[in-house]
Amino acid sequence: MTMFDALTDEQETFVAPPVGVRRLLATGDPSLRTHLATFGPLPAVDGLGGVDGVTAALEEAGLAGRGGAAFPTWRKVASAAESGRAAIVVANGSEGEPMSAKDATLLHQSPHLVLDGLLLVAGVLRASEAHLVTTDGQLAPLQRAIAERADARGVRVRTTEDRFVSGEASAVANAIERGRAIPRDHVVRLSIAGIAGRPTLVLNVETLAHIAVIVRFGAAWFRSVGTADDPGTRLLTVAVDGTRRVVEAAGGTSLRRALEATGVAVESVRAVLVGGYHGAWATGEALDAPISAAGLAPFGAAPGAGILIVLSRGHCGVVRAAEIAHYLAGQSAGQCGPCANGLPEIAEVMGRLARRDRDASLPRQLRELGGLVIGRGACHHPDGTTRMVMSALEAFEHDVHAHARGLCQEVA
Amino acid sequence: MSEALWALGRGTGVVALVLMTITVVLGILTRSGRPAFGMPRFAVTLVHRNSALIGTVFILIHIVSLLFDPYAQLNLIDYFVPFVGAYRPFWLGLGAVAFDLIIAIVVTSLLRRSIGQRAFRVVHWATYAMWPIALFHAIGTGTDASSGLFILLALACFSAVAGSVIWRLSTHFQLRGATRLDRRIDPSRIAPAPEVKEIQ
Amino acid sequence: MPGRTLHIDWTRCDARGSCIELLPELLRRDNWGYPLARTGSEFAVPAHLDDAAEDAVNLCPVLALRFTAPVRG
Repeated sequence: MTMFDALTDEQETFVAPPVGVRRLLATGDPSLRTHLATFGPLPAVDGLGGVDGVTAALEEAGLAGRGGAAFPTWRKVASAAESGRAAIVVANGSEGEPMSAKDATLLHQSPHLVLDGLLLVAGVLRASEAHLVTTDGQLAPLQRAIAERADARGVRVRTTEDRFVSGEASAVANAIERGRAIPRDHVVRLSIAGIAGRPTLVLNVETLAHIAVIVRFGAAWFRSVGTADDPGTRLLTVAVDGTRRVVEAAGGTSLRRALEATGVAVESVRAVLVGGYHGAWATGEALDAPISAAGLAPFGAAPGAGILIVLSRGHCGVVRAAEIAHYLAGQSAGQCGPCANGLPEIAEVMGRLARRDRDASLPRQLRELGGLVIGRGACHHPDGTTRMVMSALEAFEHDVHAHARGLCQEVA
Repeated sequence: MSEALWALGRGTGVVALVLMTITVVLGILTRSGRPAFGMPRFAVTLVHRNSALIGTVFILIHIVSLLFDPYAQLNLIDYFVPFVGAYRPFWLGLGAVAFDLIIAIVVTSLLRRSIGQRAFRVVHWATYAMWPIALFHAIGTGTDASSGLFILLALACFSAVAGSVIWRLSTHFQLRGATRLDRRIDPSRIAPAPEVKEIQ
Repeated sequence: MPGRTLHIDWTRCDARGSCIELLPELLRRDNWGYPLARTGSEFAVPAHLDDAAEDAVNLCPVLALRFTAPVRG
């Protein structure tokens, strides 16, 4: 080996970690070349200390799932390794939330980071299958990315329905196993027994991208932005007036700052639906809360999949919540009785409230119906829908009272 | 002795017909999700299952007793393979078909947990073929067919099952509210996903 | 013996109502005929109701009930 060879090797393998909060979206273009120039090559699986080494790094990093449930990623990976049976790893880019765009953006801008994460997790688990599930729009960029690298040939890409509940983990597993992207009943975690009874690790594409940078640059680097209880960055989608903007923000960024970063003036904001259509409405002082589990908990909200839906001033929150409830009722897969029967009733009562029916019992009816659907389904669709409606009753309490008297304060 | 066997064979056949009729009617009632005849819903299911099992036992006695009948001279094979026997091949053949179906229905019912609800249901549908075949077999083979009392009984069984099936197909069958009909989401309920424009 | 846990598979449950009759102490009918337990899809069965719960599992016409270890995710 000549000195020249050694030098070029050195130059090629050492890539400085991205500085600042632009991490997952640090590349300017989606090519493998730029990806390697930005992040360097993916470390070999053998050098990572096996499942224990990777889960230890993920635990130290404090990475939580970015698909919505915010489950500690290390624990999920560890449980998939427990049974000893060959695991199936699934990158979930279904993004059923119509207001979310971060997964699509990530797959368009940094597909190789997602593939890295998927291949790495599949590699350490010695998984027998690696799947990537997404919607039609992301198929072409993904196929281009896969064609650029030999190690991703085995990744099975499939598209799923553009339906709200299709992104739920058991629906994704169901789509792979039976071709039907609807949630299914399960009494043990998918990571223990999922597709064909095998450990099935369904991880959001953003979570996988974070894994890909954590194994490169380490947990300490990951924690160098964000806060102690919400380390690293997270992708946010800010939906305002029919447009969606995606931004990568440091953990613990306040709602206010996230809105400002996407060009939304907080004075023009009446409320923000935090966490998507299954989320909770934040108004007033809640807008200064950090977008983290701990920061949003006092307001009954959670970051979810990082979706912030802005309700501008001059728009009625009760009306908007009723529209969303109507949409969500239609998105029930219709499998579970309480959801199939209860959600349309909730949407109807919410609609009467929005139309200012003079009936003071409507909020009480909503609470009763909510109590009848919560926790009674194969997935959390009834729970999330109820959470959004109940939160609207609280956040727009004055409007709710006004509506019951046939008035609306927000809209003249 | 052979007289007694013959009587046993015919008698158990008639009892089996009545028990299977009760089973079919209660099966349809179970499907409706209603209490019936003063019994709660779970009891309807229980009686449905038990009458099916007792009916099957009667059919087995019916078969075994006629195996020794010197006049019909049946082979074991005649019970399983239809239309090959020497004695009244058509009417007996119907009995063999019904017996085969009963074996399938009973076995899949007992193994419901392991084979799954869907396979169980598909095979269970065969009851709607089995029961009329068995009835024809009874009317055609049974020397009792000429007796007025048997004709009356057969008619009663037919009316019970026919009535249940007509009710099953009617719109009143499903209870209001607690229904599967509501499960198919009405397309008019589905609001379109909101339109969005992208700004990166 | 500590009580077992029953799990309702809502994708199968068809509001037939047998379980509600057999376990009136634990289940009531909701507005649409479906079994309503105090805790969503999974509920604890006290030891003295174990036989009735066993019947409910066996007599559910659509196999929507089963005993389970109380893990869910």
